Amino acid sequence: MRIALFVTCVNDVAFPGTGIAAVRVLERLGVEVDFPEAQTCCGQMQYNTGYPAEARPLAEKFARDFRGYEAIVVPSGSCGAFIRDIHPRLSAAAEPPPVYELTEFLLDVLKTEDVGAYFPHRVAYHPTCHSSRLLKLGDRPTRLLSRVEGLELVELPGAEECCGFGGTFSVKNPDVSAAMGADKVAHAVASGAEFLVAADNSCLMHIGGTARRAAAPIKTLHLAEVLAATKEKA
Amino acid sequence: MKTDVGMPSFPAAARVATKDTQLRANLTRATHTIRDKRAKAVAELEDWAELREAGKQIKDHTLRHLDRYLIQLEKAVTAAGGHVHWAGDAAEANRIVADLVKATGETEVVKVKSMATQEIGLNEALAAEGITAYETDLAELIVQLGDDRPSHILVPAIHRNRTEIREIFRTKMAAWGRPAPENLTDTPADLAEAARLHLREKFLRAKVAVSGANFMIADTGTLVVLESEGNGRMCLTLPETLISVVGIEKIIPTWQDLEVFLQLLPRSSTAERMNPYTSMWTGASDGDGPSEFHLVLLDNGRTDTLADEVGRQALRCIRCSACLNVCPVYERAGGHAYGSAYPGPIGAILSPQLRGTASEIDASLPYASTLCGACYEVCPVAIDIPEVLVHLRERVVENEPGHKAERAAMKAATYAMTHPAAYRAAEAVAIKTRKLQPKKKLPIGPAKAWTDSRDLPELPKQTFRQWWKETHR
Repeated sequence: MRIALFVTCVNDVAFPGTGIAAVRVLERLGVEVDFPEAQTCCGQMQYNTGYPAEARPLAEKFARDFRGYEAIVVPSGSCGAFIRDIHPRLSAAAEPPPVYELTEFLLDVLKTEDVGAYFPHRVAYHPTCHSSRLLKLGDRPTRLLSRVEGLELVELPGAEECCGFGGTFSVKNPDVSAAMGADKVAHAVASGAEFLVAADNSCLMHIGGTARRAAAPIKTLHLAEVLAATKEKA
Repeated sequence: MKTDVGMPSFPAAARVATKDTQLRANLTRATHTIRDKRAKAVAELEDWAELREAGKQIKDHTLRHLDRYLIQLEKAVTAAGGHVHWAGDAAEANRIVADLVKATGETEVVKVKSMATQEIGLNEALAAEGITAYETDLAELIVQLGDDRPSHILVPAIHRNRTEIREIFRTKMAAWGRPAPENLTDTPADLAEAARLHLREKFLRAKVAVSGANFMIADTGTLVVLESEGNGRMCLTLPETLISVVGIEKIIPTWQDLEVFLQLLPRSSTAERMNPYTSMWTGASDGDGPSEFHLVLLDNGRTDTLADEVGRQALRCIRCSACLNVCPVYERAGGHAYGSAYPGPIGAILSPQLRGTASEIDASLPYASTLCGACYEVCPVAIDIPEVLVHLRERVVENEPGHKAERAAMKAATYAMTHPAAYRAAEAVAIKTRKLQPKKKLPIGPAKAWTDSRDLPELPKQTFRQWWKETHR
């Protein structure tokens, strides 16, 4: 099977390790991954900040860049939901091929729960708002995590509460955003986990940045990177 | 009572509130308690999803034919001996109510808790005409005595703890009527008893009452109020004259439709299967409750809201406040930051539509959300609040000044993102200068807003795109 990876603009520049991890997991499972190099950004930031006219060309470009692929895999719940739900509403020329967030693709298309990963650490999973409320990933991420060798999954208190990132909310309402971030970090620390794992690096950038500033004993890591980890690499 | 005129922007008000650790602790405890109870009350009903869909459809149907149902309601109320008045805005509604009270020769009224009269600032308008309005809902009484503003739709004094309430009763009750008992403690039973004694003389003396309504049934002209304390029942039955100020969107076609909402509202609001008091009245009748009944139908921006295809869903709201209780932003910022009788997520989409987006507070409300979607999930009439917030952001950036730099940045981002060469160049610059980029405490703008509380991530040596070229081409 041949799919196209939409790495997302944030991952491309700031978190390439997540894109690399997604490619490694998919290739390990025998999927032929392509990376259409014209791809840039889905336009969610523009749209959610009140600029649909600036988001529209990006949605149309996205459909052009990915035309002809059987499926698109995205290592981001938020971008995945935006492309799937909003792109078709922005423009008739913006209907993309089927879009799957990484865990959806692994479980719903490949029907694989055990991806052969090894990650000997204590992990808490944070269900980011768009991955849980818009994409409705449900227990897909934790089903995958619970099959990772050596991994101990611990419960995150207040897991369903937003971390306070919210795109431009993080800078338009910095005080509320920081207060929410601090509470999320406190919950992550209270869980006893070494790593807080999620399906969205934008949220993790906010949580991780808050944790680093506070010198809190918790590291943040994208789910794809946990699923890519193996004994050979460890 | 204080009003919301001239409120600062949401972020400015929230900055103060987030530093108030007592307030945050009060709000977290209160909202989480009611949030968990609501979840249990809703989970009891297997057909909740169907009820929610029915509630949404009944409201949408009614709003689509609002003209017809309003005329039907007016006819039914009039036929039952009531009088119907039409108020285009707050000033007109206040004028009508003041004149009606004056015509009775009275100078005081008792009030049932009502969002519509908070919205129009009726108490202040009546005070200016020499008429005293007494709030009789316990929490509204606390707010009124404390010269305060409500901060929650259902629990207006949610920001007060019982020590503060005792102090308010002890120092302020005497100026409004019967003083608080000597040696008042801060136990809930004692505080409730003090309020009972204080309010009882008001109920027995009052000749005029002012209420809102949760629902108006077009078919029969019946008004419906749901409440918990019985103060509403007192106000609705004891006085000679009853004046109800109700938003035009509160209409439903028939009694059968009411069945849906009598299930949706209590479970969403107080997490009860059924609320303690449900009062219903049709017009006026001699010897049984008020002999004079006036219905003031309030527009005050609702027709304009109805004209907006995306925004109109806000008019489905039944004021349950479930969205406030699950909102992480409300929990940290508190209700006062929303600068309106309607705080929380519903306020963030209702106030800018009812009042327009010209003021600082109204222009900032659509951004008072992370778009996490918790509000939409619990809304009993399925108002897609995040969708309306994003829609209103578009309206703000188009109509209000102060977004020039942001628009330029968005346009530049889209240009770069649609021109691969420009995108690659920007990426290359970002990566090459990564060692020069500070991670902490930047001085101005969005970078300051981010780095005040958070480190920036250090950019990697190589983008994904570069890695792909090296490994897959």
